[in-house]
Amino acid sequence: MDDALLTQVEAAESDLRTAAAARLAASTFDEVIAADQKIEPRDAMPEAYRKTLIRQIAQHAHSEIIGMQPEGNWISRAPSLKRKAILLAKVQDEAGHGLYLYAAAETLGVSRADLVDALLDGRQKYSSIFNYPTLTWADVGAIGWLVDGAAIVNQVPLCRCSYGPYARAMIRVCKEESFHQRQGYEILHTLAHGTEAQHAMAQDALDRWWYPSLAMFGPPDADSTHSERSMAWKIKRFSNDELRQRFVDMCVGQAEILGLRIPDDGLRWNEQRGAYDFTAPDYAELMRVIKGDGPCNRQRIEHRRRAHAEGAWVREAAEAYARKHATATVAA
Amino acid sequence: MSSEALELGDDALIAAQRLAEWCASAPELEEDLALANIALDQLGAARLFLSYAGEADGRTEDDLAYLRDDREFRNCLLAELPNGDFAVTMAKLLFLAAAQKLRYDALAAGPDARLAAIAAKTRKETAYHLDHAARWVVRLGDGTAESHRRMQDAVDALWPYTHELGERAAWLALVEPVLAEATLDRPADGWAPAGGRDGVHTEHLSYLLAEMQVVHRAHPGARW
Repeated sequence: MDDALLTQVEAAESDLRTAAAARLAASTFDEVIAADQKIEPRDAMPEAYRKTLIRQIAQHAHSEIIGMQPEGNWISRAPSLKRKAILLAKVQDEAGHGLYLYAAAETLGVSRADLVDALLDGRQKYSSIFNYPTLTWADVGAIGWLVDGAAIVNQVPLCRCSYGPYARAMIRVCKEESFHQRQGYEILHTLAHGTEAQHAMAQDALDRWWYPSLAMFGPPDADSTHSERSMAWKIKRFSNDELRQRFVDMCVGQAEILGLRIPDDGLRWNEQRGAYDFTAPDYAELMRVIKGDGPCNRQRIEHRRRAHAEGAWVREAAEAYARKHATATVAA
Repeated sequence: MSSEALELGDDALIAAQRLAEWCASAPELEEDLALANIALDQLGAARLFLSYAGEADGRTEDDLAYLRDDREFRNCLLAELPNGDFAVTMAKLLFLAAAQKLRYDALAAGPDARLAAIAAKTRKETAYHLDHAARWVVRLGDGTAESHRRMQDAVDALWPYTHELGERAAWLALVEPVLAEATLDRPADGWAPAGGRDGVHTEHLSYLLAEMQVVHRAHPGARW
């Protein structure tokens, strides 16, 4: 991937440390934001800021958890033991990212159990991208390259987000995601330079994942409901369209090295803008998927509900054992 | 070919395949992480043992994993049995990890330097797997009435398959105290199915391999 992005993660980490060292005494929320300092869990904050962050961090955590399914779908069929091991490790990392993010959300005064309930009964969303099916092994590569790539472009600026716990979680997540993205790219590179059938599999995966990946940046700026306030609060640093453009510009050269064609006849370098022109994703489709009518929405949430319901007796047993054990310790 | 390396490699590979089926289906997020972690360790062990097992006749870990049929696999029957509920999975892991620990400990002190080096690495991981499974067996056995019933059912159903694991006395010494602490009855010995080491498996293995090998076999000679 673009090494400049990883350098930005390092710089954000160093900013965080500086901000902590130079913490202003007794400043108001507005002063902290204006001074590019970090809001921490015990600080006073506007209720709307707290709610926006809970929504965004929870949705991010849910995305990590639901995102385990499309890739987990190929662990059993990974075509070499090395690839199987890499994929297992990646899915394990995603569970870990979910844990950091739920922990970051909990600093805002909600419980993980409540957030999970909100996911299961559809009150909170997860990323639209995970409602698309993984149909071939090449999809695992395309998800790594494009989906993780888009996630990183989105998340690197969040390493500088005004809420300290979220910024710290993002720094850890981005470092691991950039590793996943390289691995996905390498899978596609091997396929694209393999047999004819493998090359076709790689191209087909790119054809199916390109526009859903572009749609990950959200609706165009004119229709984005949360943007303006999130930018004022320094939760968000760039608009959806700016990030989408950055992603396209990053992918074009990478696709050339892969020897694959980005499925967009309108894609061309614009000398005046110093950026690529491209065809926008179908935002009506994005809205349908977000509302629940994508190819796998029902399947993904049904799977999560079933795992949760079937695990209930295990969680109850662990609690019962812990209670008995605590009582026994006190009695002893 | 080292039959020991092949048996241990196949046990670990099939165990990894089954454990990975839990991905995104565990009772809690922490357990999703733990099961993936254990599957990854088992897969790592499988790769080391299979690479070594294949060296003599120039076969790679992937040749052995993807291009053998079920009659050529040498894993114990226990490893290939379906996951069942969480209690079955934890009983399987307890029984298998105890057997793996004993074999790895012996190999680590054995005459084959390569096997000893592999075992020195895998035994540390196995100690963690054994501990993880033992804690869950105790928690479930001594948890609620339902978890106790499920845990006892799992132990009863799997017990016959443990006779194939070898080194019975040492194995019992690892497993019996866990069952006792979990307030579970140690099943009576009786029916003792076997055959895995001779390539005579249950009906489950062929399905597992069909899924595992499908992409690899569809593209003969391809690199991944």
